[in-house]
Amino acid sequence: MKKKNIRVLVAKPGLDGHDRGAKVIACALRDAGMEVIYTGLHQTPEMIAEAALQEDVDVIGVSILSGAHMTLLPKIKKLLKEKGLGRKLLIGGGIIPEEDAKKLNKIGINKLFGPGTPTGEIVDFIRKQTSVK
Amino acid sequence: MSKDDDETVSSQKFLASFQEPLKPVYTPADTEKTDYACEIGYPGQFPFTRGVYPSMYRGQAWTMRQFSGFGSAGDTNKRYKFLLEKGQTGLSVAFDMPTIMGYDSDHQRAQGEVGKCGVAVASVENMETLFKGIPLDKISTSMTINAPAAILLAFYIAVGEKQGVSSNKLRGTIQNDILKEYIAQKSWIFPPKPSMRVITDILRFCTDNVQKWNTISISGYHIREAGSTALQELAFTLADGFAYVEYGMAAGMDVDAFAPRLSFFFNAHQNFFEEIAKYRAARRIWAKKMKNKYKAKDEKSLLMRFHTQTAGCSLTAQQPENNIVRTAYEALGAVLGGTQSLHTNSMDETLALPTEKAVKTALRTQQIIAAETGVTDTIDPLAGSYYIEWLTDRFEAGAEEYFAKIEELGGVVPALEQGFFQREIANSAYKYQKEIETKQRIIVGINQFVEDGKPDIDLLKIDPETEKQQIAGLKKLRTKRDNTSVKNCLANLAKAAKCSDNLMPHIVNSAKSLATLGEIIQVLKSEFGEYREPPTYW
Repeated sequence: MKKKNIRVLVAKPGLDGHDRGAKVIACALRDAGMEVIYTGLHQTPEMIAEAALQEDVDVIGVSILSGAHMTLLPKIKKLLKEKGLGRKLLIGGGIIPEEDAKKLNKIGINKLFGPGTPTGEIVDFIRKQTSVK
Repeated sequence: MSKDDDETVSSQKFLASFQEPLKPVYTPADTEKTDYACEIGYPGQFPFTRGVYPSMYRGQAWTMRQFSGFGSAGDTNKRYKFLLEKGQTGLSVAFDMPTIMGYDSDHQRAQGEVGKCGVAVASVENMETLFKGIPLDKISTSMTINAPAAILLAFYIAVGEKQGVSSNKLRGTIQNDILKEYIAQKSWIFPPKPSMRVITDILRFCTDNVQKWNTISISGYHIREAGSTALQELAFTLADGFAYVEYGMAAGMDVDAFAPRLSFFFNAHQNFFEEIAKYRAARRIWAKKMKNKYKAKDEKSLLMRFHTQTAGCSLTAQQPENNIVRTAYEALGAVLGGTQSLHTNSMDETLALPTEKAVKTALRTQQIIAAETGVTDTIDPLAGSYYIEWLTDRFEAGAEEYFAKIEELGGVVPALEQGFFQREIANSAYKYQKEIETKQRIIVGINQFVEDGKPDIDLLKIDPETEKQQIAGLKKLRTKRDNTSVKNCLANLAKAAKCSDNLMPHIVNSAKSLATLGEIIQVLKSEFGEYREPPTYW
């Protein structure tokens, strides 16, 4: 039987329109054989959690560059839990200072990738984590 | 390795960003078709390839204008005074995301975003605090604001009036370039058609009432930051510029009534010679088209005046001190390209908004170029370089090819509705990233000369109390103002939006009545609707 492809939701919460990173990551994950669903811009945490449920994804990847990560990421995590998706891999990327990243890790954001991360590193991380589960 | 193999390797390595192989050396043969008088000429003379003014930096250095804003209006006011004290010569406001998207700071969607990547300005009151102690008749101010530009301009006019400065004495710029929002920066509110109506209303209003104001800053910066190549930045920005000219003329205005107040905004990226050629080509294309296609008679309509910002996307979070060097080279390129004003990025901007120390070094970088390097002594000193002139010609020809493609798609608005620009930019961004990962493109600290460990650098933190205080201030404003007057002004605005009356006088009245940004936008949203982009990533 053919192995099921990893399904990833690439999401852009918040009000900023910086979608270069999200789109580049989406392309890289696609080229690595994953199925990518891109939410588009200006999504609320509710819209993202709902999309994760509807699309039955294995991974939720959130790109955020507006500085609102300490408000939006915990909200997304909470809503995912409420929908029974608390164990799905939740990762993020953007301009997130290290001390904030540590706090976010503690509440269950699995990994945050900073500027300059090679896309291959993200692909490897997702593959490894989803095969463990 | 055979000789053929060797040639293949070298031609792959030495490639212009527009995918043409580069020769090892350029000679008169590469520019023999370029007629000096017609294509290059003298500074301050058609086609302005060498600069828009005859004296350029001998008359006056470029305006040193650091894009700045964070936290509350009070915090940012302090930063402005710091920068002015350190020798900055113009102001440039960075607004926070809620302001940019037309939400008041107390709107649910503003939660967590207030004062984070810019300053929160939701009312005339906030704008007044922002410019407290800064005389608006003495300084020029650029505001990076697009979808709600009309409202922030109205706030500024109201603050000017309070300071005793009439609107015709105000000098500055609103970015107000909605086309590049749909194309690249993605901070839109209304659909394209009503957005273009708001813009033509602003053009008309300013022609009579804010005569020294630059009404649109047609911006390639964000197109480039979103991942475009230099050629795409040049071509898409100019195409947008011509689209505004066409909309203005279609609204019944004489081209010379508004074109002299259009200005431009470009990126200064890392490929030194290409960037210089890009600016030179931009001036030439604009002048030729304005004269020959749009039949402008006033010479000021032909002048492409532009602001430049060094490339944020070229900076690295790794070894951030290296960013000082990158920024200096980029800034030098902008100056050799004849910019009218310049922002130099601070070394810490991939990590946070800049600290005072970082922004001071960035400003000093410009001051060193102006005072110490001698590059301002002569005008357009690289003209006549076979390579520079060849590059300038190639950029112009490449832009013309893009203009033809855009025309085939029906023009700028239909092309963006079909996702043409968005696709082109996303493809270039992905290609750039792949080049880095395959080491075809070297970035020091990223894929060569890499060091372990985190950078040891102080970062600016935004006080979490800012959001609470800003919300409390707005609540107070809503209770103390004359709410009947607010209601009447907004009702008049709604009426104007339904017909073809100019919106600007009504927006100015609403602003003066202390209506908030979000309230004014809500009136317009009810009439114009909201834009949604189909979510595609390639």
